[in-house]
Order: sequence, then structure tokens, then C-alpha cells
Amino acid sequence: MEEAFDVAIVGAGPAGIAAACCLADQGVKTIVIERGEYPGAKNISGGVLYGHDLARILPDFDRRNCPIERNIIESRIWFLSKDGGYSLSYRDRAFAKEKKLNSFTVGRAKFDRWFSEQAREKGALVVCGTVVTDLLRDHHHRVIGIRTDRADGDVLSKVVLLTDGINSPLAAKTGFRPEPGPHQVALAVKEVIELSEEVIQERFNVGTGNGVTIEIVGEVTQGMDGVAVIYTNRKSLSLCLGANLATFSRQKVRPYEMMESFKEHPMVAPLIQGGKPAEYMAHWIAEGGYDAIPRLCGDGFLIAGDSAMLFNALHREGSNLAMISGRFAAEAILEAREKGDFGRNGLSGYLSRLHNSYIFKDLKKYRKFGRFLHTHEEIFTTLPAWTSLAAREMLTVNGVPKKDKQKALWREFRNRTSLLRVLKLLWEGWRGVT
Amino acid sequence: MKVEDKLFLDRFRVNEEPHLRIIDASLCLRECPDQPCLYFCPANVYRLEKDHISVAYEGCLECGSCRIACPHLNIEWRFPLGGYGISHKFG
Repeated sequence: MEEAFDVAIVGAGPAGIAAACCLADQGVKTIVIERGEYPGAKNISGGVLYGHDLARILPDFDRRNCPIERNIIESRIWFLSKDGGYSLSYRDRAFAKEKKLNSFTVGRAKFDRWFSEQAREKGALVVCGTVVTDLLRDHHHRVIGIRTDRADGDVLSKVVLLTDGINSPLAAKTGFRPEPGPHQVALAVKEVIELSEEVIQERFNVGTGNGVTIEIVGEVTQGMDGVAVIYTNRKSLSLCLGANLATFSRQKVRPYEMMESFKEHPMVAPLIQGGKPAEYMAHWIAEGGYDAIPRLCGDGFLIAGDSAMLFNALHREGSNLAMISGRFAAEAILEAREKGDFGRNGLSGYLSRLHNSYIFKDLKKYRKFGRFLHTHEEIFTTLPAWTSLAAREMLTVNGVPKKDKQKALWREFRNRTSLLRVLKLLWEGWRGVT
Repeated sequence: MKVEDKLFLDRFRVNEEPHLRIIDASLCLRECPDQPCLYFCPANVYRLEKDHISVAYEGCLECGSCRIACPHLNIEWRFPLGGYGISHKFG
């Protein structure tokens, strides 16, 4: 039996649910199909969300029992060698007061479930435990609905919004966007480690409800182009560690073993000491940047969120880009409904919105950054090792004059790399972010 | 902590029918000297046995890596049936 909707949305993640909220608000008959047992069952992110973008969909989200873990008041950056490392941090009173909930941590299993509830209250139908296996098309090749793995599971709709995430067998099958190559994604693993609220607050020097994020580069990814993070949740820490999938494959590194080494690092171990591992997960992260974004709309369909490869690696922004692109898609669908044209032209308001927003502007700004990391492996090898050696030597009092130490360090530097190479790295790094 | 212990933390609802399948098992031994799936798979799904690579799909974390990083694209990969597979508790 086929049922007809105005909009069918594939996947109850932040992009799909953001769109469902906006559409249901305007009385559009919307169905969301989710393959997990419940929304969020298959979803994972480092865990940081931004209030500004959520408030554009639910202005009073913080009064609707949104499952916020901790409000982020401090961001740290670590540059680590095998045995040590540098730490740079910034904390601001504003993030606890007038800019409260600028960013906060969430567990996606809880957050996405809550977010879906908000869409349901607005009138969207959210169906779980159902995989979308194909797109339905008419004889003009226009998308007119979806096929699911349920018996009689075809759903007809005027528009299909594809927000099924970065790992999309549906894309591979139907070709609505190209299957990414292993060099275009990072493989990340995440471990959630439980600790009491008090212990977390003590270790991170924060009060109740506030938290810290740590972004980490260096030798923790064992020479591979990648990053690690530690985020504070209310009663747990999220540890994530990822690297380019092609590099993983080439260097034969086992992600779970890399995670174990990371947990033993002298700057990490004291933070998680006594903690109880509670969950272990894996996911891809889009690495291609602006140039990997596929064609985002066609006759009868739109693509948003991770599925559209919208991810800003440098600023760890993904879930918020998903929510914004989901909202833009909904706005474009409403426009198309006014015009009575759900073809590519009718839906093109989506593209103009993306182009005028910070999503595309930021991704364009950083379009060279991914390549920069990929082509400068010394960021993950020589540089952290040498800078740590330099700090260790200069901080060690052993009767050797500092000038002699400096000379020895320069010799060591030249053995490992060259000044020209580092200057080139700094120049290209600068160009990659400006 | 071993990968088996990590996977033990997770909640899986296992379907009898595997959602992962090596298309041509002999190819792995014949033409794939590196066998990178034995390393990069975060759930250690692929294991080298005496004369083949076994597929412990029950503990698959559904990241999709094997589908695109198998050098011979020799892995058939579907999502588990709706509601099956891993269910994140925290996410």
C-alpha cells in the first residue's frame, strides 16, 4: 500500500529533524524514516552543538528539556608528542553568562531522540526501524518517493530529502551523490568513559553544568593525518580519535589499538583515571571540504547534512551545518510548494541559501586546508617530536649552558627537517585558513 | 583493553542474515597481499583464518569503511535490517 506525503525525509539526524520541524510547523505533511531502533541509535558525533543554529529551529530549546550535557566555557588545543606536549587554552566568563550555550556537549542517542520528539509534537511522522533501500522515480527520472525494507513499504512524496548521513549505501546504489573514496573520509572511533560529576568538575576545573573541550593534533595519530578530541559530558568524557581512511589502510594501524595508546598518554591518562568505559563506536567524517560537495538538488530531491558532505573539519562543525542545511532545505521546499514546482529549478532556493550562508563561505575559506594537512605529515611526526624535545631540554637543569642546548637543538632540527620546509608549511598553513 | 571488551560494552540486536559479505573469498588470498581490512576495521570484523577471511558481522559498528577501502571493492555492504545492528546508548 502506497501512502502519499508532501515530503519524505531519509534519516532522523540533525539535518532531517531540523527540516521536519520547519516543515511540520508550516503544516506540510512530512514523514521521517529512520533505520535505527530509535532516532539517534545509529548516530554519533564528537558531541559539540551550537546554540545559535539550534535556536533558529527551536528558539526555546533550553526550556524544552533539551538533553544538554555541559555548557562549554573553555576550549583547549593540545599539540602532543609521544611523551608530552603543549597546551593552549582559552576560557571566558562570557561563555558562562551572556554567551551561555554558545556551544555545549550532547550525546547524540539522547539528543536526536529529543529533537525527533519536538518534530513529532509539531506534527511530523517519525517512523523508526525502517531502512530506505531505493528511490522511486517516474518515467522522466524524477524522484517521486522512497522504497523501504518493510512489506508494502513504498512511500510516495512530492519531494525526498536525503539526510541519511555520510555512510550511505543508498547513495552508492542510486548515485544521488558519488560514493566517497577512502581519501575523502576520516575514520573516527569514539569511546565514552564514565566518571562522576564531581570528579569531572575537579579535573577540568569547572563548576556544575560547565565543561571543556580539547582538540588534539600530533603524534597521537601515529603519523597519520588526523585529530583527537576529549569533550566533557555531565557524567562522562568523550574520547574521539580519527585519521584519513586511506592512510589507515596504507599504514595498517588498528583504530582500537591507537585509542588504547591515546588513553595511556601522560596528558590523557590522569583525566580518565578510574573511569569506566561505557560505549565504543565508529563513524566517518567528511574530509573533502568544499570541493567534495556533490550536486545538492535535482528533480524531486535535495541532499543535506553529512549526506551532502557538509563538514568544517577545522572548526569541528558538522551537526550544526546539518541543522542549518536541513532548515534551508525546508525553506526551499516551502518556496517550491508556493511555485508548484518541485523540480530542480523550483528547489534551487536551497542552493542560493547555502551560497549566501556561513556554511559555504567557511568551507570555501578552508578549501585548501584538508590538502594542507594531507601533504604535511610532519605535523603528525617530526614537529611534535622536535618541539617536545626542545621544551624538555630547555626545562631540564643539568649543568649544560642554555646556548649549548640551543645549538644542539638546532642541529637536531636540521637532521630531522629543514627551515625552508617549516617556513613552507607555515605559509601553506596560513594560506589554507585565510 | 581489547577490542572484544570494547564491543562488549555496546548493544547489538543481531539479525541471522549477515549484512556484510565477501563477494569472492578466493580473491582475498589470491590477489590481496596487504589485506588492509584486517587492520582498519574498527570492530575487527575481518579475521584471517587458515584458508579464508572470516566476517564477524555481529559486532559491526556500521561505519562503512570496508565497503570503500577494500582495495578490490570485494565487500557487499548493506545496512542491517531496520532496527537491527548496533544501537548507541550515548552516541
